Amino acid sequence: MSARAEKIEFNKPDFTRISDVVWDLPKNFKRGMLVPARIIATRKLIDAMDMQVYDQISNVATLPGIQRFAYCMPDGHSGYGFPIGGVAAFDVNEGGVISPGGIGFDINCGMRLALTNLTRDEVRPHVKTLVNKLFHRVPAGVGSRGFVSLSKEEFINEVAMQGAEWAVRKGYGWKEDLERTELHGKADWADKATVSHRAVERGYNQIGTLGSGNHYLEIQWVKPENILNEKLAAKWGFFPEQVVVMFHCGSRGFGHQIATDYLMLFLAVMEKKYGIRILDRELASAPFLSREGQDYYKAMGCGVNMSFANRQVILHRIREVFSEQFNKSPEELGMNMVFDIAHNRGSVEKHEVDGTIKELIVHRKGATGCYNPGRPEIPEFYREDGSPVIIGGSMETGSYLLVGGPNARTTFCSTAHGSGRTMSRAKAKRMVRGSELLRGLEERGIYVKSVSNSGAAEEAGFAYKDIDEVVKAASLAGISLPVVKLLPLGNVKG
Amino acid sequence: MPYRFLEDVAIADVAFEARGGTLAELFKQSALALVNTMVQDPAKIRHSIEKKIEVTAESAEMLLFHFLQELIFYKDAELLLFNNFVLTIARTEGRWRLRGTLSGEQISPDRHELLADVKAVSLHNYTVHKIAGGWQAEVILDV
Repeated sequence: MSARAEKIEFNKPDFTRISDVVWDLPKNFKRGMLVPARIIATRKLIDAMDMQVYDQISNVATLPGIQRFAYCMPDGHSGYGFPIGGVAAFDVNEGGVISPGGIGFDINCGMRLALTNLTRDEVRPHVKTLVNKLFHRVPAGVGSRGFVSLSKEEFINEVAMQGAEWAVRKGYGWKEDLERTELHGKADWADKATVSHRAVERGYNQIGTLGSGNHYLEIQWVKPENILNEKLAAKWGFFPEQVVVMFHCGSRGFGHQIATDYLMLFLAVMEKKYGIRILDRELASAPFLSREGQDYYKAMGCGVNMSFANRQVILHRIREVFSEQFNKSPEELGMNMVFDIAHNRGSVEKHEVDGTIKELIVHRKGATGCYNPGRPEIPEFYREDGSPVIIGGSMETGSYLLVGGPNARTTFCSTAHGSGRTMSRAKAKRMVRGSELLRGLEERGIYVKSVSNSGAAEEAGFAYKDIDEVVKAASLAGISLPVVKLLPLGNVKG
Repeated sequence: MPYRFLEDVAIADVAFEARGGTLAELFKQSALALVNTMVQDPAKIRHSIEKKIEVTAESAEMLLFHFLQELIFYKDAELLLFNNFVLTIARTEGRWRLRGTLSGEQISPDRHELLADVKAVSLHNYTVHKIAGGWQAEVILDV
């Protein structure tokens, strides 16, 4: 990145252009900013971003203990508190804060990707059956319950404390899956004593469910020209024409309630006890090392564990469905996991700031952890390559697998998480009927089964930014580099 | 206009505006907007289950917040959706108190056309205020 700074006039705030894909909003953009805001985006993406993004990311820049910049990733769009795509790191030893609004209601919402050794030609005749079976075996939508029957006690004592480890012990997966999951599928800082009874009530019967909104499960394929890093793709198990499975979901009602509980608690103590003033109630914060801050961090850990367990159980169901359909075991079908990575979490990590190694609580809200080669956060299998990054696109346009790049450290090891919406749900629904959209997709060889036609319309490709442009921005910034692009064949939409 | 969804307020989430001549009417309309975010036709919800609720808060604004959160809680914990709300709201000794009876039924994908699952009520740009002839709220739901 060039340090050359020049003023660029937009019909937007005055950014300082640092490079073609790095733009700064200076500290004088808003009163109270402790650091500048930095947006990673091409000019095209910057032009398409809504004004609220700049307002929200500059609000983040006012939070105590923030380091370097308040960042917005290339898929950024307006959210609440932090924008979606927001990244901020706070020095835990200098009063740095933790904020549920910087992590999101859907704690540890994330992506999981698994391989098969099947080709598109082998799978194509089965796509409809597979999608219909998956639709029944992986419940989605409002009010869905999972097939795993467990008591509230088992949920809070084991799922919330052990995450994917619990699931694998119960037979829902392979030991190898844990080695291919961030944190080995378990937040070891979780403490069940910090979680409310209401959170347990909301989530204990939702293990193995997708949720709704932009959550989905997709059968995808590798178009030969979409292998963009041959060496890594081969090492990570990809080949031309291959079929893979990707899905996106989180910690369901359990995580949502934890976030709400602590939002309320932080609002009550923030100003009175800690003198923290904020510009948006969704930025409610407490010092990380305060009792409230620590309680939220530990409760969030329980949410993290629920989401890893949830995705582990869903992978198990997917393996079952493929196994039944092709009359072979999941092992024979080569259904190994590639990776599981979240995009809504706060993580304690060590990073260099102005020549000093600091312990930071890195908030990523709709932003994916992407670690440069050698970082301790990367599971051993991938450590020398850089961490795999899964970026989910719309059900029309495809998704990407990337790898942490050489400049990952410049964004506290963070990159985009999806293509990022450009249009509200209400508007998308007005522009296309769900049934028409699904028919059109089927004609193009993409079979979608959705809980709701109108929900499908909300997720239409035109409601999202161009995912290729998002990946280009991250790639030009050197924070994450493409390995393979994956195209949809079939999709279960929550 | 009892409630309406707002198009360009929240890109990824669902925003609505609700009005009522009384605070209880505003709460009822806001609850219907929440339910209508999750199912296409709230009128189709039958009344097979009743729940008594009581919520308190330091302001009318936070009372509505907690009331809507209560409905989200029942949706996940007991799979219940409601469309009839008999509510009494009073302010005593500086605190706002809502007592009410909710009527509804368990979610049935066969009979209810499902829309988006609501995760939470967001406090971003959240307001409850008096207008000429009643009350108005603007709410963003995280979906």
